[in-house]
Amino acid sequence: MAAGNGQVLHKPLGLLAELTHRCPLACPYCSNPLHLDPRNEELDTATWTRVFQEAAALGVLQVHISGGEPCSRRDIAELVQAAHDAPLYTNLITSGVGVSNEKIAALYDAGLDHVQISIQDSVAASADHIAGYKGAYERKNALAREVMRLGLPLTINVVVHRANTDRIEEMVDQAVALDASRIEIAHVQYYGWALKNRAALMPTQEQVERAVETVEALRAKHHGRIVIDAVVPDYYARLPKPCVGGWGRRSLNVTPAGRVLPCHAAEVIPDLEFWSVREHSLAEIWQSSPAFNAFRGTDWMQEPCRSCDRREQDFGGCRCQAYLLTGDARTADPVCHKAPNHALVAELAAVQTDKPYVYRR
Amino acid sequence: MTAAPRTIADDSVPRLPRGVRLVDSPAQGGMVLLAPERVFKPDPIAIEILKRCDGKATVSAIADALAAAYSAPRERVLADIKTLLGSLADKQLLEL
Repeated sequence: MAAGNGQVLHKPLGLLAELTHRCPLACPYCSNPLHLDPRNEELDTATWTRVFQEAAALGVLQVHISGGEPCSRRDIAELVQAAHDAPLYTNLITSGVGVSNEKIAALYDAGLDHVQISIQDSVAASADHIAGYKGAYERKNALAREVMRLGLPLTINVVVHRANTDRIEEMVDQAVALDASRIEIAHVQYYGWALKNRAALMPTQEQVERAVETVEALRAKHHGRIVIDAVVPDYYARLPKPCVGGWGRRSLNVTPAGRVLPCHAAEVIPDLEFWSVREHSLAEIWQSSPAFNAFRGTDWMQEPCRSCDRREQDFGGCRCQAYLLTGDARTADPVCHKAPNHALVAELAAVQTDKPYVYRR
Repeated sequence: MTAAPRTIADDSVPRLPRGVRLVDSPAQGGMVLLAPERVFKPDPIAIEILKRCDGKATVSAIADALAAAYSAPRERVLADIKTLLGSLADKQLLEL
């Protein structure tokens, strides 16, 4: 199958289903856009069911049921069931707040395969401060214990930044104590709300170096007990990340209102035309939507990407980051040491101020 | 760190744990084994073994069934099954 621009069209493997932007938490690094989809524009149960079926037919194997807090949807059990029956491997990405034992049991019965719970810190007061929700820490731990009691595999997700990166070891210990099979340690990526809070979240160079050493040591210490996956801090890297495994190559994202994006931040790039599942099938969108074809393959690239040896490995890095930092979505991701604007990244990383968070509301 | 090779008893009963599923995806070209954040494409022999890891059949019974279905020497089939099951169990993709 070929895409409109003559590139080979790959089949997507993963679908990020953002069921709702509603969330009890207010984390200052939230990956949702600054303009949240309101509740009255959310897709209904029948439309999501069709999206899951179309995704499976298109080749998608895993659905990441996310938000906002996906359990804010009253029909969450029906939606998990629909995804399971599609058939898709169902991964619930939850804040862990507002998810009762009855609800998680209903999701278990609906065929849920895996749960991912975020924690903000190993110290309750700091965790609640970061989440902007008093009592969040204890509720998350309670849900994690219930998930383990049911026998569901659990991943703990930790977003690290200046306020908590010195406690990576304690957070990993906490995940081990909960008997989680996997922990994901992700440095903040600066889009949306995180970009707004960049100066307050940015870790120091020393913190980043310590974090890398700590993760290596913990991997050795906990080998065979817990899998530790780590996402490196962009602004301190030399090579850009192959964002979403290449634009329109491996995954797609459906917003609460039904717009289909190559990645969750893609709407920041102006003049991209996104199609909606309300008007098109997922297969039509994957193949023909202008937004998906905008940065597929390598034809869109400029130098130094166009002739770079790594162009098929990192695909020029992240298009959203290129746009957000330079105003040009076609330029090399400035994180790359070969990018014309690379010096800008170090300058921006050096701006660190302890001002209060702008919470996501 | 490498663990000692595990020994698998003939009467152990393999099954896929919660969170690991064998799914047919025609769009991806057939059966795939799905686990948290991971996707595996088993070869045709592995698929036949995995299909029988239902939490009821013993390793010995699976060997009987496959030896009969493929007219293959049972001892050889049993050894191949144990190798595969051991490697899957090491990756937490199988319970024994």
